[in-house]
Amino acid sequence: MKRMTGAEATIRLLERQGIHIIPGIPGGTNLPLYDALSHSEQIRHVLARHEQGAGFMAQGMARTSGTPQVFMATSGPGATNTLTALADAKLDSVPIICITGQVPTSMIGSDAFQEVDIYGMSIPATKHNFLVRSAEELLTVIPEAFRIAASDRPGPVLIDIPKDVQTAMLEFEQWPEPGKPNPLPPFSWDDIEKAAKMINAAQRPFLYIGGGVVQSGASELARALAEKTSIPVATTLMGLGALPSDHPLCLGMLGMHAAPCTNLLLEESDLLIALGVRFDDRATGKADQFCPGAQILHVDIDPGELDKIKTPLLGITADAKQVLESLLPMVEKRPRRQWSERVSRLRHSHPLDLPRADDIMAPYGIIQAVSKLMEDDDIITTDVGQHQMRTAQAYPFRRPGRWLTSGGLGTMGFGLPAAIGASLAEPERTVVCFSGDGSLMMNIQELATAAEHRTNVKIVLTNNNALGLVQQQQELFYGNRLFASDYKHSPDFAAIARGFGLPAVDLDGHPDPEGELKRIFSEQGPCLIHLPVNASDGVYPMVPPGAANREMIGGAEHACI
Amino acid sequence: MPASKTTSPKTVLELHVNNHPGVMSHVCGLFSRRAYNVEGIACLPEGGGETSRIWLLVEDSNRLNQMVTQVTKLQDVHRVNRHPGNHQVFGQLRDIMTS
Repeated sequence: MKRMTGAEATIRLLERQGIHIIPGIPGGTNLPLYDALSHSEQIRHVLARHEQGAGFMAQGMARTSGTPQVFMATSGPGATNTLTALADAKLDSVPIICITGQVPTSMIGSDAFQEVDIYGMSIPATKHNFLVRSAEELLTVIPEAFRIAASDRPGPVLIDIPKDVQTAMLEFEQWPEPGKPNPLPPFSWDDIEKAAKMINAAQRPFLYIGGGVVQSGASELARALAEKTSIPVATTLMGLGALPSDHPLCLGMLGMHAAPCTNLLLEESDLLIALGVRFDDRATGKADQFCPGAQILHVDIDPGELDKIKTPLLGITADAKQVLESLLPMVEKRPRRQWSERVSRLRHSHPLDLPRADDIMAPYGIIQAVSKLMEDDDIITTDVGQHQMRTAQAYPFRRPGRWLTSGGLGTMGFGLPAAIGASLAEPERTVVCFSGDGSLMMNIQELATAAEHRTNVKIVLTNNNALGLVQQQQELFYGNRLFASDYKHSPDFAAIARGFGLPAVDLDGHPDPEGELKRIFSEQGPCLIHLPVNASDGVYPMVPPGAANREMIGGAEHACI
Repeated sequence: MPASKTTSPKTVLELHVNNHPGVMSHVCGLFSRRAYNVEGIACLPEGGGETSRIWLLVEDSNRLNQMVTQVTKLQDVHRVNRHPGNHQVFGQLRDIMTS
């Protein structure tokens, strides 16, 4: 017979799930959990400076490892601070588990100190959530949370544990089995045959691949399919890295900030092979004008994504990797000469223009300069804004699962804590965080965590002292009336970083920026690299929100073909 | 229940769910978040109280399939059956509420 408190049982169950690092912040209602955690020999706690930071650290670990990761917060404000990280994980299908303390069961509903209904609040932000009502329930809830987070389409789970449940004594005979993902959903051979027929018959097919391909480990197979059938590939923001960006069939990202040729060619396709994507509006533009002449073959593990935005001729609810394995031998090897020629013609006539890409002091140039100092397996994170879109456009992605960005929710403040998490998970790798001044200030307190743990995170801050992407929209769509999108005061980021205990360099006016960058990347540990950029430098081309993808501003004014 | 404002055809969804205090929030939250109108709700525990059944009176629009798929994805929902809009659950409820 085993006998222990609910808190001890929780920590032991997390150990049995293979958890080694838990970011979080203690407070009144999760102190029993923290006391139990202090006795763990397996789990290292990382003290974040804000619960949202802890959530994004867990995301950084989960996105790089592909396995569920845990973070902790206390009740009340601690719990509400987790919501942005949870919502972000929901939209990008990241398996994280948030464990919050709650006021004792007897006080729930009494408006007690630091009581909020985090169970109710987190319903739409999570894949599933639990309010644990007895210590015994922990034995089923914890493995169940891991199963749910990792199964099918992964996602965040919240477990709210009242303080008296943490301190209650629990007796049980046997540990439950650790929670594991469900078996992958079955699919029919008929559908695979139909899919192969559609692909074999298509004249101008296009592969449209996303985060689902990366997460299911299907990147190699997607590449094999593209190569065998000579089908060009466009990826979503989340799918970047599934195919090396210098692959001859890779046309990069589609949608709002795509290369003009990519959006124009998609318009001409007669078959869209959509794998692990959800037809997000940033990718499709105006949905009813997206790929107007194409039949759609849609494969996704989430049945809710099929027929949500576009009705496919054939929709298959399945794991992308399994489908590709079955499909690959059934498709015909075809050169598709006409289509390939058309693709290469448009590539040359309507390429992506990256101004000053060879100038290290320019917004695109710094990305390319940094990329030359990174190995294939090193990790790239971003915040949200112009620097994010520029990185998506200009970084030469080589491997899947190395690109961590807030795609669906678009959370400013994601980059730094996600980079810290990635570095905690893989300390031997260099992690670069491309950020902007607006975003960095949204979780800047985590510089302290980066310094404390000596994480090998290089923050590349392109600073325009403005909310650049907001300004760009005001310029284009609000009569150039710039309002509330530039900062009147410019903080000294290098001094701030040093104040937190990080070395910092300013490339502005530096006699040898290349040499300095090289030196920084050759050294272990965190560093802030500051580069002033011009707020009036926009990210182009740009499809106006709500417009069709053919209506690109900049880079394709002469797009009538 | 009040007479329906719209005259579009209705469907009754019958959900077999786990019975705990959060299930109603999960189900209703899903419908409100996806801006799908629920015109009537009835819910009762069944068997030993481990599970319950929820009946929802909803519009039979072209988004109904998507809503059924989404609601089926909820961890606490075991099964969803569809019935015609004139299902007796709401017929009898209407009689009680107008009496």
